[in-house]
Amino acid sequence: MTSLNPAVIFLLAGLFTPFAAVDVRRYITLAAPLIGLALLLLANHGDHGQIEIFNLQLVTYRLDKLAFVWALIFHIAAFIGALYAFHLKDATQQTAALFYQGAAIGAVLAGDLLTLFVWWEITAIASVFLIWARKTDRAYRAGMRYLIIQIGSGVILLTGLLLYNKDNGSLAFNHLGLESVATWLIFIAFGIKCAFPLLHNWLQDAYPEATVTGTVILSAFTTKLAVYALARGYAGTEILIWIGATMTAFPIFFAVIENDLRRVLSYSLNNQLGFMVVGVGIGSEMALNGTAAHAFSHILYKALLFMAMGAVLYRVKTIKASELGGLYKSMPWTTVFCIIGSLSISAFPLFSGFISKSMILTAAAVEHHTIVWLILLLASAGVMDHSGIKIPFFAFFAHDSGKRCEEAPRHMLWAMGIAAFMCIAIGVYPQALYQILPYPVDYAPYTTTHVITQLQLLLFSALAFVFLFKTGLYPPEVKSVNLDTDWTYRSGAVAIMKPINTLTSRLTQSAFGGLHAMWLVSIAALDRVVGPKAWLSRSLDSTGMVAATMGLLFLFLLLYLF
Amino acid sequence: MIEQLPAIQLLLTLLAAPICSMLRNGDQSWRLATIVSWASVAIAGALLHQVWGGGNDISYHMGGWPPPWGIEVVVDELTAIVLLLVTLFGALVMTALRESLSTIMRHQRQSLYYTSFLLCMASLIGITLTGDAFNVFVFLEISSLATYTLIARGRDRRALTAAFRYLIMGTIGATFILIAIGFMYMLTGTLNMADLAERLPEHRDSRVLHASFAFFTVGIALKIALFPLHYWLPNAYTYAPKATTAFLAATATKVSLYVMIRFVFDVYGVEFSFQQMQLGTLLVPLSLAGILIASLTAIFQSDAKRLLAWSSVAQLGYMSLGVGLLNLNGLTASITHMFNHAMMKAGLFLALATMIYRVQSSQLTSLAGIGRTMPLTTGAFTVLGIGLIGVPFTAGFISKWYLITGALDKGWLPVAVLLIISSLMAIVYIGKMIDVMYFKPAPEEFSNVREAPMSMLIPCWIFALLTLYFGLDTRITAGLAGRVAANLLGAS
Repeated sequence: MTSLNPAVIFLLAGLFTPFAAVDVRRYITLAAPLIGLALLLLANHGDHGQIEIFNLQLVTYRLDKLAFVWALIFHIAAFIGALYAFHLKDATQQTAALFYQGAAIGAVLAGDLLTLFVWWEITAIASVFLIWARKTDRAYRAGMRYLIIQIGSGVILLTGLLLYNKDNGSLAFNHLGLESVATWLIFIAFGIKCAFPLLHNWLQDAYPEATVTGTVILSAFTTKLAVYALARGYAGTEILIWIGATMTAFPIFFAVIENDLRRVLSYSLNNQLGFMVVGVGIGSEMALNGTAAHAFSHILYKALLFMAMGAVLYRVKTIKASELGGLYKSMPWTTVFCIIGSLSISAFPLFSGFISKSMILTAAAVEHHTIVWLILLLASAGVMDHSGIKIPFFAFFAHDSGKRCEEAPRHMLWAMGIAAFMCIAIGVYPQALYQILPYPVDYAPYTTTHVITQLQLLLFSALAFVFLFKTGLYPPEVKSVNLDTDWTYRSGAVAIMKPINTLTSRLTQSAFGGLHAMWLVSIAALDRVVGPKAWLSRSLDSTGMVAATMGLLFLFLLLYLF
Repeated sequence: MIEQLPAIQLLLTLLAAPICSMLRNGDQSWRLATIVSWASVAIAGALLHQVWGGGNDISYHMGGWPPPWGIEVVVDELTAIVLLLVTLFGALVMTALRESLSTIMRHQRQSLYYTSFLLCMASLIGITLTGDAFNVFVFLEISSLATYTLIARGRDRRALTAAFRYLIMGTIGATFILIAIGFMYMLTGTLNMADLAERLPEHRDSRVLHASFAFFTVGIALKIALFPLHYWLPNAYTYAPKATTAFLAATATKVSLYVMIRFVFDVYGVEFSFQQMQLGTLLVPLSLAGILIASLTAIFQSDAKRLLAWSSVAQLGYMSLGVGLLNLNGLTASITHMFNHAMMKAGLFLALATMIYRVQSSQLTSLAGIGRTMPLTTGAFTVLGIGLIGVPFTAGFISKWYLITGALDKGWLPVAVLLIISSLMAIVYIGKMIDVMYFKPAPEEFSNVREAPMSMLIPCWIFALLTLYFGLDTRITAGLAGRVAANLLGAS
């Protein structure tokens, strides 16, 4: 019994929910993660669920230390998400969430690439319903784009694994490395899901368009599944360090100038993934531990922040920074939880981000990646600015928008409370998390140097924010500059960044406008060639068909006789 | 009794056909036809059981005349699986046929329709069974004639022109095949396939044999709707009465493919066909062009039946491509897909016919929102559609897997990439239909359409469940196909 794959529980629950009564449905969504968690904790490490399909050995359930960390946090995130979404009556969202969560867990526990592929595609298909459930036209379009990209990732993965099977005669999902066309294809497939730079647009495009609860659930699984896949297949791949470093740095600029607070969080999600990707790229035991730990704590505080912003959206019906402010009077609990999330993401000592992020930074330093280390440090300051301060400040403080509303519903507060409690608990007692990491941990986060450096960094970026805000350089509507510890550059940078920003936005607009026009033209052209009334699909009359036949016969005769 | 099974298999349907025409009551003849077709399924199953595992082929001498003088009936594993395909899917369609037919045809006419249906099935069985080249031609003609009447029975007036064009093309195809067989007879003086296979190698440099091969390939290419000789197919499938299409799509082209494999590998011989005549170099580009162009065309269709018909052209391209690859995995894919595609396409057309039975139109616009009014039918359609795309754990995945592996075995990476692209196209055209069925609001006049009657629903779901079953258990499909393919290639 204990070798039953927890993902199966989610799928069964998902199959059952559409037919259950509203009240029953809610409890099913809560119960599935708990039962799954029990199964996970009781299971022995090792390979289970081996099946053989047309001469392929598949391991559908592989539990080892690396997979365990992800499976565990996915279950916790599924439970918190279900609690947060407890008010929902919408069967579509509940079913989609169960399938999505189950598929993500199944993918983490997959021992071979084919099983991984199947779950990979289910996550894509199930999750899009969480976006469509918002039922706006924007959400429909964003969901469609999201679906195409996610399915595309799956198809690339399938191509890669077919090639890999041919090359190696095995589909086992272990270290792959960038050695052949096959592994490159698989790498790109993972990269799309992990929102590598230039492959990342689907994330900021789709996540803010999902429903209040949908975004919370989405933020936990897809990208972290990709990080897991990278950690499993490409640990120690040099190029990942640079990809990761880019990922930590570039979203900051966008996050700072963005007005939609859930989109700000989506950018910061990208930035946090960068830390994990760097960890995978370094590939040392400490770095991989750091990646796993960071994924664990990141899922918690990111979900917490998305939940807080979701609660604001749920009550106030808007999430534009320029229209919010002064909500701390109406939503005191949400404010507190949001600040805890902010402190965690900014990696304040005693909060979860600190004990995980510093592992990756230390690993980078130990391996002498100085430039990367500096980029990560700078990115940490940026995180402090846009997620640590901007989010709670513009939503709950800043100038009073005059909006008054109720506190978030109780079940949402509970969900946020659990996440907030875990953020602090991990921060205060990191050993609990360190014990379950894939490799033995020989690392102490709370040394004087660490704490002092981090506090200096944080306080200086806080200072920069205060300074900029007071001097009027930081209104949310105006496109502004990123803040880093080196705040002396800022006045020059504003002058430089502004035209660059306008230019890039113009360029992207014209480029995408051009692409769109080209798309329309090519569709029209195709329609002329193969559309219902076009020459290729029109039925030839008998004469034409006979002519074609005779033509082919002459061709064959020519070829064969001469 | 057991040793008479091959003859009974053929005679059962062949003799039931005229009896059917004498019954003036449509229901009675439906009952007879259904019982007879399910009996054929049982016999086909028994034959498959007898030859299972390879090496115990059955040779039956008609009238006790030994070959090569008498007519020989040969049953090996390939024959048995094609027999099962024809009878099983034919019987399933036949079961669902009564409801579908009762709305479009007067009662007395129906028995004639069942007669043609049975005749068509009998002749397809005949083509599959016979070990005599001339017999193949005879049965091809019978099947074509029966098919013309089946198509022409469509309510749409355009069905007549479609049937007429199919008549012309089918006749040309059959004539070419006859010419090819005639040339072979001229050279060797025999019509028995096994005998031909023995005698032809000594004439391998004869012009006559080369011409014979050219006529045969073009003739059979017409029959399997190989691009660019596919033009008869979309119209014939679109305008034929709805359930007929399900039967034709499942069987007619597949049996033609079987004839092609038999002749090319067994009669002409692998070495002659592929090394001397370079069949592969002609087959591969034409198949690829067919796959891509037909898939692309399917995407742009606004009529559901026509869309599926174009998709059939593309899928037939997969099968001829597998033959053209000439390696174990490619040929396995071909034979597996022959079975799997017959199952999925018959199911899709049947599910579609069930919807059309309610909304009386096959335009995509009138199928909008049907997922809510007919959830069970649409559910079956969706499962089958997913199978056609080739999603893992459905039958379609198995054949595509072998086909892509076959292309990779050859080292033809671009071909593999094109196959993946064509799968993406399949996602688009199937996705387009599913999107319309589930996400578009239903038109006013169809907002209170009822779910289909059980007699149609159950066959649809049997097809859907079989698609899932053969996605997991591949002993009957890929396992058998692998043995047959090894045998065919090893015979060279």
